[in-house]
Amino acid sequence: MIVVQNVVFGALVGGLYGVAAVGLALVFGVLKMLNVSHGELIMLGGYLSVWLFSLWGLDPFASLAVSGPVLFLVGAALYLGLFGRLVPLHDEEKLKNSILIGFGLALILQVLAILAWTADERAIPTAYAGQVWRVGPVVVPLARLAAFAVGFVALGGLHLFLNRTDPGRAIRATAEDWQAAALMGVSVRRTYLYAFGLGSALAGVSGTLVSIADAISPSIGLPWTLKALIVVVLAGLGSIFGTFVAGVGLGVAESLSAFFLGGVYREVVGLVLFLVVLAVRPSGLFGRA
Amino acid sequence: MRGVAAAALVLGLLAAAPALTDRTAVLNWLFLVLLHVGIAQSWNLLAGFGGQVNLGHAAFFGLGAVVARVLWLGGMGVPWALLGGVAAAGAAGLVIGAPSLRLRGAYFAIGTLALAEILRITFANAMPNVSALTAAQLGAYTLAPRYYLALLLAAGATAAAWGFSTSRFGLGLAAIREDEDVAAAIGIPTFRQKLLALLASTVFAGLAGGVFAYYHLSFYPSFAFSPIWTFDALLITFLGGVGTVWGPVAGAAFFVLVREALALRLAELHLLIFGALFVAVVVALPGGLMQAGAALGRRRGPRARGPAPPPRPRDTSTRSPC
Repeated sequence: MIVVQNVVFGALVGGLYGVAAVGLALVFGVLKMLNVSHGELIMLGGYLSVWLFSLWGLDPFASLAVSGPVLFLVGAALYLGLFGRLVPLHDEEKLKNSILIGFGLALILQVLAILAWTADERAIPTAYAGQVWRVGPVVVPLARLAAFAVGFVALGGLHLFLNRTDPGRAIRATAEDWQAAALMGVSVRRTYLYAFGLGSALAGVSGTLVSIADAISPSIGLPWTLKALIVVVLAGLGSIFGTFVAGVGLGVAESLSAFFLGGVYREVVGLVLFLVVLAVRPSGLFGRA
Repeated sequence: MRGVAAAALVLGLLAAAPALTDRTAVLNWLFLVLLHVGIAQSWNLLAGFGGQVNLGHAAFFGLGAVVARVLWLGGMGVPWALLGGVAAAGAAGLVIGAPSLRLRGAYFAIGTLALAEILRITFANAMPNVSALTAAQLGAYTLAPRYYLALLLAAGATAAAWGFSTSRFGLGLAAIREDEDVAAAIGIPTFRQKLLALLASTVFAGLAGGVFAYYHLSFYPSFAFSPIWTFDALLITFLGGVGTVWGPVAGAAFFVLVREALALRLAELHLLIFGALFVAVVVALPGGLMQAGAALGRRRGPRARGPAPPPRPRDTSTRSPC
């Protein structure tokens, strides 16, 4: 039974890996740029919710309505100020420089967070934080379950946006072939801006969802970037729900390995999965390319 | 020839430094510069000459440091301990490079980033205690051998970079960096060349780690895996000039000077300044100090020699809009 408990807990955490990874994959798929400061944007989203709670007592689920739009604007500013300058570069050069900029940006955002909020961990002590739902012998933490559900709904909304609206179709068309999209009258630059903003907004949403059940500190960025990267490699590009499932899979694998092998090896699982997928199926488990 | 003479002169002066001054502050400063030359130059070997971005340089530095430290404190001779650290770093490079360098794109950057963070967390869990020298070892501690090791490291890594810049192997790497398809088409074994360059890079990173472990009185094993080492390597290389032989040397001297000046007063802020500087260099001045100096020299007079011509424009068939 304790195995089932671990699976449940890992899946709930893994859902958030999925949401984080979809934001990263959106930017990567559309702009062909890898933002390795994605985890730091998640951290900013988390701090925003911590702030809103401690200043005005705003419930973290309600602060989703703030962290998403604010991080959209942060992402748009980063695109206009930094990443957008890479657009004219050759594909490989663009990818490489976006990785370098993201790496520097990650350090900057982390230091800014230490200066603004100190290096201490901050958590949101909501009234429902400790409540659980008992299903037989298995305990399901309600706040985590709700965060998982909200994350899933957010991805459903993204799916509808990308498939049913004109800006969404423009994003998908640009991801597939920007030249063809441009010939069909899509403003590629504006689409890039929206996609980067949207990816960052998803980071903001993930950050708030993380803050619901876990503490936020300036150093959580890199681990979250890594989870998202590993999930993207596992899932490949092109499928939102494939990415979500891969996130859940990584969460379960981590949780089970921590249980069977000891907590020291929890983080190693992701790397091993990553290497195995690279060696066996480099386009990802759900990949199309 | 003038370059070789200048290099020999600098090397001679650096080798004589412990005899010329007994001020430990000066020697310590020089040691730090040489150590950072090693860290940055080793990164430059693969990323600058071969174009493969390694975001987990700290993994190889850290493995070299911790393995050498454990062997050394366990009673092994210093050369053997350093060799052990170097072997561990090189082996880790092959493990991560063999699957990820076969592929294009971001896989290698992601794999190395993951490797460094995972090793950091694992070592923080497995070896949580600070590694300190015993009283007997403290009594026998002298700076000079550490200094000469760092000099050996910096000179070796820079000699390797010089070799990369002139040899057939290095030209192959440059071709891979500029256009991997073309490189493969003209018969360069791209995967093998990338893997060999990675091996050279990780071996020197492991040696740098070993020198660090031999120098420091006490450190937490997980600190040697901190992403800050990777960042230092990137910053120094880009400040000086990525893909040049002397860029990491100039960058390291500048970096250590500014860091020591800033860190006294502004502990967190110096990271912020360096982070902003790094992003600015990547966006605005990808040639670094070497290019800026060359441009300045060209403006002053015709005698100045630029180290490298500006990058050729690429073919525009795959260019993005604007």
